[in-house]
Formats: sequence, C-alpha cells, structure tokens
Amino acid sequence: MKHHHFQKRQLKRLTVAAVVAALVFVLSAGVQAQETYRIGIVSFLSGQAAESFGIPAVNAAKVIIEAFNKGDAPPPYNKIGFGGMKIEPIYIDENGGATKQIQEFRNLYDREKVDAVVGYTGSGDCLAIAPVAEEMKRFVAFFDCGTQRIFEENKYNYVFRTASHATMDDVALVRYLKARNISVSKMNLINQDYARGHDSRKEFTHAMAQLYPSAKMQADLMPKFGAGQYGTEISSLMSKPADLTYTSLWGGDLQAFILQSSPRGLFKRTQVVISAADHVLPSLGEKMPDGVIIGARGAYGLLSQKSALNDWFWDRYQKAYKAYPVQTPYRIAQALMGVKLAVEKAMTANGGKKPTAEQLSAALTGMEWPSPGGRIRMALADGHQAIQDNAIGSTRYDAAKKMVVLDNIHHFAAECVNPPANMKSEDWVKAGFPGAKCK
Amino acid sequence: MRSLINDPPIKTPPPGVQRKLITGVALIALLIAVGPFLPKWLTFLITMAASHGLVSLGIIFLMRGGVVSFGQGLVFAIGGYVAALAFVKLGFTDAIGLTFIGGLGAALVALPFAPLIARYRGIFFAMLTLALSMVVYGILVKTDVLGGSDGFNMGRPTLFGQQLADILSGYVLYPLTVVISGAVALAARVYFDSPRGLISLAVRDNELRVEYLGASVRQTMAINFVLAAFVGGIGGALTVLSLGHVNPDFSYWTTSGEFVFVAILGGYHSVLAVFVASTVLEIVRSFSGLYFPDTWQLVLGVFLLTVIRFLPHGIGSLWSNRELFKRKGGEK
Repeated sequence: MKHHHFQKRQLKRLTVAAVVAALVFVLSAGVQAQETYRIGIVSFLSGQAAESFGIPAVNAAKVIIEAFNKGDAPPPYNKIGFGGMKIEPIYIDENGGATKQIQEFRNLYDREKVDAVVGYTGSGDCLAIAPVAEEMKRFVAFFDCGTQRIFEENKYNYVFRTASHATMDDVALVRYLKARNISVSKMNLINQDYARGHDSRKEFTHAMAQLYPSAKMQADLMPKFGAGQYGTEISSLMSKPADLTYTSLWGGDLQAFILQSSPRGLFKRTQVVISAADHVLPSLGEKMPDGVIIGARGAYGLLSQKSALNDWFWDRYQKAYKAYPVQTPYRIAQALMGVKLAVEKAMTANGGKKPTAEQLSAALTGMEWPSPGGRIRMALADGHQAIQDNAIGSTRYDAAKKMVVLDNIHHFAAECVNPPANMKSEDWVKAGFPGAKCK
Repeated sequence: MRSLINDPPIKTPPPGVQRKLITGVALIALLIAVGPFLPKWLTFLITMAASHGLVSLGIIFLMRGGVVSFGQGLVFAIGGYVAALAFVKLGFTDAIGLTFIGGLGAALVALPFAPLIARYRGIFFAMLTLALSMVVYGILVKTDVLGGSDGFNMGRPTLFGQQLADILSGYVLYPLTVVISGAVALAARVYFDSPRGLISLAVRDNELRVEYLGASVRQTMAINFVLAAFVGGIGGALTVLSLGHVNPDFSYWTTSGEFVFVAILGGYHSVLAVFVASTVLEIVRSFSGLYFPDTWQLVLGVFLLTVIRFLPHGIGSLWSNRELFKRKGGEK
C-alpha cells in the first residue's frame, strides 16, 4: 500500500509542476520579436489526405518560405520575406475535424499571434473557418478546398480563396472530351459518398447535360469515403459497358480503385476520366494505365506551362524532395505568392508598416499575380475568389523516363471554365456556360 | 477498462453533498470572475471543455450503472443539429432556448430506444449505442439539404432578445456555457446522491439484489439513458453555439470515443473530475498540435496511457472519496 501512496503523492507533485510549467509557457507565448511576419499554415499532416495533399503542400511551403526569406525567388517575389520582414511559419495539422480546426484557428491568432493564416484542404474545414475568421476580423486565405458554397452562400471581408473552386475541374474535363471528339452515348460514374463526391458528380453530370445531351447515365456508384475495396463496384462497372467512366476519387481511394480495376480490364473497356489525379501519378508509376484522361485542379505539375517562375519552382521542389511538384504544392505556392504581394502592396500604401488584417484584405481583393501554375486573378465573389487556367491531359507510361507522362494536353483559359462574377456556378453550368470566353 | 466498470461501488453514502454544491457554485463564480482577464483562446478552450464535458457527463450517468455508451456522439450531434436547425430554419435565436431545445431534441430521439437498450449490458450495450450513432452519421452524411458531410453554419445567437455584438459574443458565450454546464453538473450531483441515483450504483454492484429489493433495474437504466441523452444534447447545442458550425463528424465513432475517454479519465466518482479531464484533454491536444504538428496523436496517446497507468480510478480519485480508496487498499 505504501507503494500506492507514494505513487499518488508523486503524481500530485508532478501535476502541480506540470500546471506551473504550462502557465509559464502560456504567459511567455505572447512575447514576439518585432521584425518577423508570423504565418499559420494549416494542412493535413496526418490522416487520409496527408500523403496526397497535405505533406506535399507543406513541403512546398517550406521551400517557398526559405526562398522568400533568403530573397532569392525570381521577381516579383525577390524581396526578402514579406516586404523585408522574415517569415516565421507555424504548421498546424488539419486532421481532427472542423471543431478542432476552429479551435486551432482561434489559437493561431489569439495565442500564437500570427499575422495571417493560409491553409485548409478540406471543404468542411473551409466552410467552418470562414465565419469564424470574419467574426474575429482576421485574415484567412484558403489555398486548396473546392466547395463553391463558401462564397456563393455568404459574403466575407476577411476570407479569400487563392485558387479556383471545383467547378472548373469538371467543366474543363467535359470541354476536353468535346475538343477531342470523344463520343459518349453511355457513361458510368463512381464517386465517394461525401460532400465532395456528391458535388463532383452533380457538376460533371450538369456539364455533360450541356455538351453531351444524349449521353445516358448507367451505373451511378457512391462507395463510402475511404472504402479502399472496390470489388463489387468494379463488377458493377464491368457489367454495364459504357463509353465513359467518370470518377472524382482521390488519394489512397483512387490508387486502390486503379490498382484493383486495371487488372480486371476496366481501362480497356471504357475511357476513364478522373477530375484530379496528377497527385497519384508519381506513386503509381507503371501501374497507371495508359490513355486515362486526368485533370489536376489547375494547370499544375505535368500539365503546367513553361515559364521562368514555373521552372524555378519545379527545380527547387525537385532538388529538395526528389519528386516533381503536383497539385497542392502549386496551390500553396500561389497562395503564399499572392499573400506576399498583398502584404507588400499594403505596406506601400501604409508607409511600410506591418499591414493590419483590413489593409491586407483590401490589398488582396481583386488582385492579380503570376504563379508557377499560371496567372491568378481574384475575379469572383467581389475579388475574394480566384480564377485560373486549367489543363487536362491523358496518361502514358514512358518506359525510358520511368515515369507517367501526359499527352494531348489542352489548356483552357480561366474564363472558359470558370463562371462569371455575377453567376452561381451551378446556374452558369445549367444555363449552358453563358459568357464563357474560350479560345 | 473492464476492471473500471466492474470494480466495487461506494458502499456508504458519500459525505458532504452540501459542501460539494457550495464548492461547485464557488467554482462557477470564480470561473466567470476571472474570465475577462483570461486570454481569448483560453476562454474559448474552457467553453469547449465545459460543453464537451457535459457530453462526457452523460456517459457518467450510464457508467454509474455499469455500462458505457460508445455512441454518445449521437446525442452530441442531435443536440447540435437541432439547435442549429432551430436557428437557421425556424429563426429561433435565443441562446438559452436553443440549448434547451438541443437537449430536449436529443432526449426525444433517445426516448424510443431507451426501453430496448436498457436490457443490454457490457459490450452489447456499447455496440448498440455505437450502431445507433453510426446510423445517424450515415443519414447526416447523405442528407444534402443539411450540407452532407460538410455540415452547415449557424449565425450568432441572441440572449434575452439582445443582439450580441461580434466581439462580445465570445465572452457572453463563455459565462453562459460555464453557468449552464455548472448548473447541469450540480443537478447531476444531486441526482447521483438521490435514492434513484444511488440505485444505479447498486445495479452496477448486483442487479439481482436490486430487483429483489423492489426497484426496477430496467427503468433505472432507461431513465439514465434518456438523462444521458438530455445532458449530451445540451453539450452539443452549447458546442454549436460557440463554434457556429455543425457537421456529421459530431456523430462519428471517434468523437464518441473521445467522450468515453474523458469519462474514464475523470472517473465516475466525481462530477468535477469530468470537467477537469475534459479541460486537460483540450489543453494537451491544443499544445501538442502546435508543438508536434506531425505527431500530436502520439503525444496525446502517451499522455492518456500515462494517466490510466497512474490513476486507474480517474482524475477524480485525486480528491474524491479519499477515505474510500484508503479503506479499500487496507482491506486487501
């Protein structure tokens, strides 16, 4: 029994010590140096989206911030840090649900005293964070999440998205099919049973209804998110022959689907189109079937166009991580570049001081800037929502290069695949893309 | 955990109920008094800890009767969704009213299942509650009008017909959450020490004997189940009021698991311990997420294992029923 008492007394002392330590910690947390710009970066560091999206994004952020801090990025990004202030990043894991993210977002501003937050891949997280940022009157730039609901259901002053929303992913895909004269009379769909899967399915079918009005839907499958096993779904897809099979699966689910369906010959029977798949190309390698039509949620990675900025970014990322950058590295790069220029623009306006959330928001509203993936224009939602070009291509495994390459790449101008400022994306697609400017 | 659920209950009525209530009221007053001087992130953390603590307190209602619900996320979600829907669809905005509606909604959902679930014990009880919560999760994910898996937002509530200014709402919701959670916690203490509450402990000890004494075990368990739902629903509603967002993850099994964890961390002897455990969990999670962004789950896991190793009866055993634990030790 002595032992028990001893343990307890010891534990009590430990508890007291821990509480005191925590208090000291908390009180000292507010003290910050003057000359830095603290930026909270939130992305998936664990969980399903980490390997495909979160970790590549954070890796790219590290490369970009290092280059910014050294001042050796190409112009117009060649000033040190943000307008001379060194950037101090704080990385937060996006895993854990929207509840946790709201708390972490508040902590970033109230406790860590960050000056800006850039982050969020999950649409649910973006939807939850937006009103919180607005209420706190704090700046947030979403770099990746896709849902149109953020700005189409609400108006925000402090909330931005520096990448196109999901509409262009599917519109570009359907336009690509048309451009390449692929005939579709029957189609199968397989999408995950969660918000993004439902939205993608809806957008794709709406866009198809415009450009392929006679295409009939056969199988319309909704396996659950993270299912990993697609045996029955593949059987169902095989038993209903169709010209086209569309999927918005991503990450591990997409890899599993490809690995399980390709030996069964699905890719030989039907033209598979995937709205976002460039992020699985490096890991699948030769297991990726040829001729699959894929997008990357932008003109990213193998779909990107040559430019000095793109070559620089590609080179830096490849050197650091022995892999080429895909979707989310491009997306975080364009977000950080946009915020950098906005901070510097605001500093020119306010006489060189660190900009307030209001000044930063005013500077970013309606701004345009060059990025490795093309020009970003904050054209929608009163200058809070970006539009950008998109590109689609088809896969081919290049045995000599030992990597998947993309052929038949078509580029689509931003105005060709994004709705105009005065229309909701769903209405725009249903109305037959009025005002779309395609080359 | 088996040993936790099965260990012998308290055999003497706990002393000093009045003292506990006075301490509780004093603690609530203290928390409200220091609130304005605390940093905002800390008041928000306490708000979350208090509202989540209520949901775990619901599990304590069941744990005292010897069962553990692995589906407490269900009532958390129902409370949250009902409050948010009343706000968005019906335009009812009063914070206290919404909280009450959330609790009532969860209790109403639990009511038809109570007589059925009251017949099960152990793993069967846990699995049935888990199944219920996952069914609701599945329905919510598929319901596109409720935002599907992304959920939806609600605006700022009002209080007594007063619009809350944006800056103020953080502080208004903190004392509100502390007062409501505190009041529910005190009521729970009174209930636990009442004859009916003590029957739960007797059920835990020996169901057959309780039946022979003339009390209905099933009725007790059913009532506990509904009360647990009511308390959990209030917790869900309070959470949603502060977060401004609700999504199906509220009903997911990992969320339920967290509530079970807090309940075990706190132990079923002390109501206060549940809220302390909830606060500790929030603090550990918050700081480990910041300083170990890549491995915060590991830090959390090690912390939880350490607590279980050294305090198998929960944090509450640090201060409550000290004489009981001593005596139990002496008997061995």
